[in-house]
This record gives sequence, structure tokens and C-alpha cells, in this order.
Amino acid sequence: MAKPANLDPSEWVDRYGDYLFRYAMLRLRDRSMAEDLVQETFLAALKGRSSFSGNSSESTWLVGILKHKIMDHFRHEAREAPLADADLREQADPSSFDGAGHWAKGPTDWGGNPAELYREKKFLDQLTKCLAGLSPNHANAFTLREIEGADTGEICKVLNVTETNLWVILHRARMQLRQCLESRWFNRKTEKEP
Amino acid sequence: MLSCKDVTRLLSESMDHSLPFGKRIGVRVHLLMCKFCARYERQLLLIRETVRRLAAMEDTPGEPPGETLSEKAKERIRNSLTSP
Repeated sequence: MAKPANLDPSEWVDRYGDYLFRYAMLRLRDRSMAEDLVQETFLAALKGRSSFSGNSSESTWLVGILKHKIMDHFRHEAREAPLADADLREQADPSSFDGAGHWAKGPTDWGGNPAELYREKKFLDQLTKCLAGLSPNHANAFTLREIEGADTGEICKVLNVTETNLWVILHRARMQLRQCLESRWFNRKTEKEP
Repeated sequence: MLSCKDVTRLLSESMDHSLPFGKRIGVRVHLLMCKFCARYERQLLLIRETVRRLAAMEDTPGEPPGETLSEKAKERIRNSLTSP
């Protein structure tokens, strides 16, 4: 089969570089890591050009390669830094609950119409900052679950954890993320506009 | 009786798999009576929804990019492609 005419590596960086970088950044939260994986993706694509069937678009093909590399990166990180006791400790903020397990300080009312928040660039920036502030194991588990939409069985394999531990990690990640958004975004706003 | 601490843990778990019947009922009953836990659940679901929308936006080619590759990185990658 003839090679599709649009496969021109000299144009890849300008055409798809930013797109692939954005994709990688959302998942890795680290500029130099994201840059490296984008570069590796292009190099792998260059080597494997003959396997491009032309059935999918060039960008879909490239992002597929990048996705594999990101998964490998998560596997690698999980091997390098396995779960620590701190990752599994019961809750993010020990002051959230009293001794009987009741809220010591309950979640505050976020008010307004939070469902529209995804349109606010500044809110999304805070969200990604809060995500980057989690420990790598928490952030990676959350990313695989909520950004990749992977099921828990799949995530357990990638991160090499038991399902029970994964539930604990995801619970902690969600709790910390909620807490972070509350203090960085919602409380900040009420202070400004009392 | 489930405590708020138990319920927050179970609410998160219920976002990853379906809870056994008894626990599910326990959580629902608790939520009827506890405005903090009900609020907690709404906020977790909102975070999930917002993250999904963010991913859908960021993963669409051609959207105006937020984060972009630096010129330096582009140059480096271009060079690596022409002389691998």
C-alpha cells in the first residue's frame, strides 16, 4: 500500500507538537518530562512510519504512540517509587474529622453555579496545580482513573497495587483535591468578595 | 451506624465500583440526614465532571493550546528528527 501523502515528518513538530505536549502535560504535570515524551513519540513515529495504515488520522496515530509512552512512564514510576505507608494513611487532613468520625469542619458551600466552572481558565489552572500538588502515587492514580478513564483493574496492573489499596489512594487523592480547591479557589473568592 | 468518615470513604469507592447493597443503603440513608456528606458527594462529582471536561478540551487537536512547547524544545525535537 502506498504511503499516505500527508506523512511528512518535517512538518510534525509545527503541526502536532503543541497538541501532543498539551496532552502529555495534563497527564504528567512536568514540562521536561512531557517534552521528552513528545520527542520520543516523534522518533518512534519516524521509525515506525511504514506501520501507519492511514486508517486513522495522523494526529490520532501520534497520540496513540504518546499514550503508550505515558503508560510506560507510569509503570516505571510505580516501580521506582512503590507505595509508601504515607500514601495509604487514612486521610489527607487529620483535622477534617473528630474522634467519633464526624466532620470537625465540614465542606463549605461552593455557591454560584459550580457546574460552569470548567469554562473558567483560572479555575482549571488551579485544578491542575492542585493535582500537581498531590504525591506522585495519588496524582498518577487519579489521572489514570479520571483523565484516562481507565477501570480499576487496569490501573492496579499499571501501578502494581491491590484493588483495596487503590481505593484508599483514590479516596485520599479526591479528598486532598477537594480540600485544595476549597482553599485555593472558593475561599479565596469569598475573601475577595465578602 | 456509618460515621461521616466512613461515608466519605464509601462515596469515593462508589465512584470506582458498585458498593454491596447494605453499604449502598447505609450511605444513602446517611446522606439524607447529613448535609456535609451530601455536599461532599456533590463536590466530588463536580470535580470528576470538570476534570473530564478539561481532558476532553485538552485532548482535542486544534483547540487553542494552553501549554505550548517552548521554541527551544521544538528546535531540539526538529533536530533529533532530521539527524536521528
